[in-house]
Amino acid sequence: MVVIMTDKIIIENLSLQYSDGAESLRGISMGIPQNAVTVLFGPAGGGKSTLLRCLNRLNDLTDIKTSSGRILIDGENILDPKTDVIALRRKVGMVFARPVPLPMSIRENITYGLELAGEKNRIKLDEAVERSLKLAAIWDEVKDRLNDPAVALSGGQQQRVCLARVLALQPEIILLDEPTSGLDPISTGKVEAALQELKKNYTIILVPHSIQQAARTADHAAFFLQGELIEYDEGKTMFTTPKQKKTEDYIMGRFG
Amino acid sequence: MMKLFARNRHAVQRIGYTLITLMAVATVIPIVGTVIFILFQGGSAISWEFLTGFPYDGMRSGGILPAIIGTLYLTIGTAIFSVPLGIAAAIYLSEYAKDTPLTRIIRLAIINLAGIPSVVYGLFGLGLFVLFLQFGTSILAASLTLSIMTLPVIISTAEEALRSVPQSFRTVSISLGATRWQTIRRIVLKEALPGILTGVILGLERAAGETAPILFTGAAFFLPQLPQTPFDATMALPYHLFVISTQVPEMPIQIQYGTALVLLVFVLTMNVIATIIRSRARAKRQW
Repeated sequence: MVVIMTDKIIIENLSLQYSDGAESLRGISMGIPQNAVTVLFGPAGGGKSTLLRCLNRLNDLTDIKTSSGRILIDGENILDPKTDVIALRRKVGMVFARPVPLPMSIRENITYGLELAGEKNRIKLDEAVERSLKLAAIWDEVKDRLNDPAVALSGGQQQRVCLARVLALQPEIILLDEPTSGLDPISTGKVEAALQELKKNYTIILVPHSIQQAARTADHAAFFLQGELIEYDEGKTMFTTPKQKKTEDYIMGRFG
Repeated sequence: MMKLFARNRHAVQRIGYTLITLMAVATVIPIVGTVIFILFQGGSAISWEFLTGFPYDGMRSGGILPAIIGTLYLTIGTAIFSVPLGIAAAIYLSEYAKDTPLTRIIRLAIINLAGIPSVVYGLFGLGLFVLFLQFGTSILAASLTLSIMTLPVIISTAEEALRSVPQSFRTVSISLGATRWQTIRRIVLKEALPGILTGVILGLERAAGETAPILFTGAAFFLPQLPQTPFDATMALPYHLFVISTQVPEMPIQIQYGTALVLLVFVLTMNVIATIIRSRARAKRQW
């Protein structure tokens, strides 16, 4: 699959190595289309999370030895040192593997990012709380206890509140790093259903916690192995007729 | 034979257990003993006049108000300097500092600062604040000297408290578009505050009870009036206790113990406050 200029994100020859010698990326080039779920899958240590953390510059918090290449979002290279990383992170939201509710109420978790962005209007904040909790399919479960500590919710509920917290900032891109790894099948189903709804308006990049989840959710799928992009194709094609032997072996469960 | 052996082993275990329990109980004896002894000896001296009056008759009669007020001033003065500085240093070390030679030197300095005998602080304060900076023997000089002594306690407990806040909170906050400082102010400091406060109180409590650092820098033998400005010398409870116990002949013993009791209550109250803050925060903690 080639890079198309209309893609939301264009990654050009991206390489990266951490100072501690851990997981790295080697010459990744790919285009990620708008309004679709793009799945990055492969065995642990393949570079999926590293790539996600490049897209919102969260890797800035980590010691990096070398990095090269470009990532264009809407045509702008976000790896440029002059990039406004705060604005970037509002535009590119992230949901983590383990739900991390901030130590405050459900409502405050949702409004946290907006208040940092300078929103003080109480009515607008309330609207954002309701809108984003509805989008994350958690509104009905929490609407009567918005002032309770978020940590009191179940794991599945917490993760959807974390998704809502990202949505409140009205991002354009949502990164999800194994968002359902700690959840039961029912909660997982709810998160996946929410993603299918959300992709109509957002660009979604998901690192799935299983191949089954990858196959269920992927519009496009990219297979990563030891820091390299082995194969990138439409989800349907990838999980029925992979072109690379390594991809096929992995999907068939022969390794990893 | 086997059975007998097993019973022996059981007996040995019981003796060991009893010994350990006794030793644990023994650690309680000094503190309880001290408190009871001082309460018993000094309790009768405590009166309204004792707490609110000036000493007279060569300090053999009257009250200890100027010493109480003086210790209060010194504690507040110490807090003014050491708390902001200590917390700032802790934030730097916990949140910003990387492992460089500079930070290693800073850490080494803090550790060594904690090990310096308090009388050496007193001499240092005399040289720097009283003489060189010409603050004179004053509350200011004594507070600054006590601050230096208190800093390592505040820095190390505050750093510990900051570090105990989960890293994931910082990552999430940054990922939501917060700056590093916003993350520290709105999440990290808020969560670490009880731990920091505990350290601050414990540090100040030590400062309130010290004699040596204020001996040359701010403490007065006797003053007929309360200090008016930070540049005045002051009486203080620990120094007053030292004076009336060693420098005044025919001193009534219950005044000595009464003074000790007031100092003890002052310090223990701070301790209790610290404990309450800590246990309340632990109950409320969301992680």
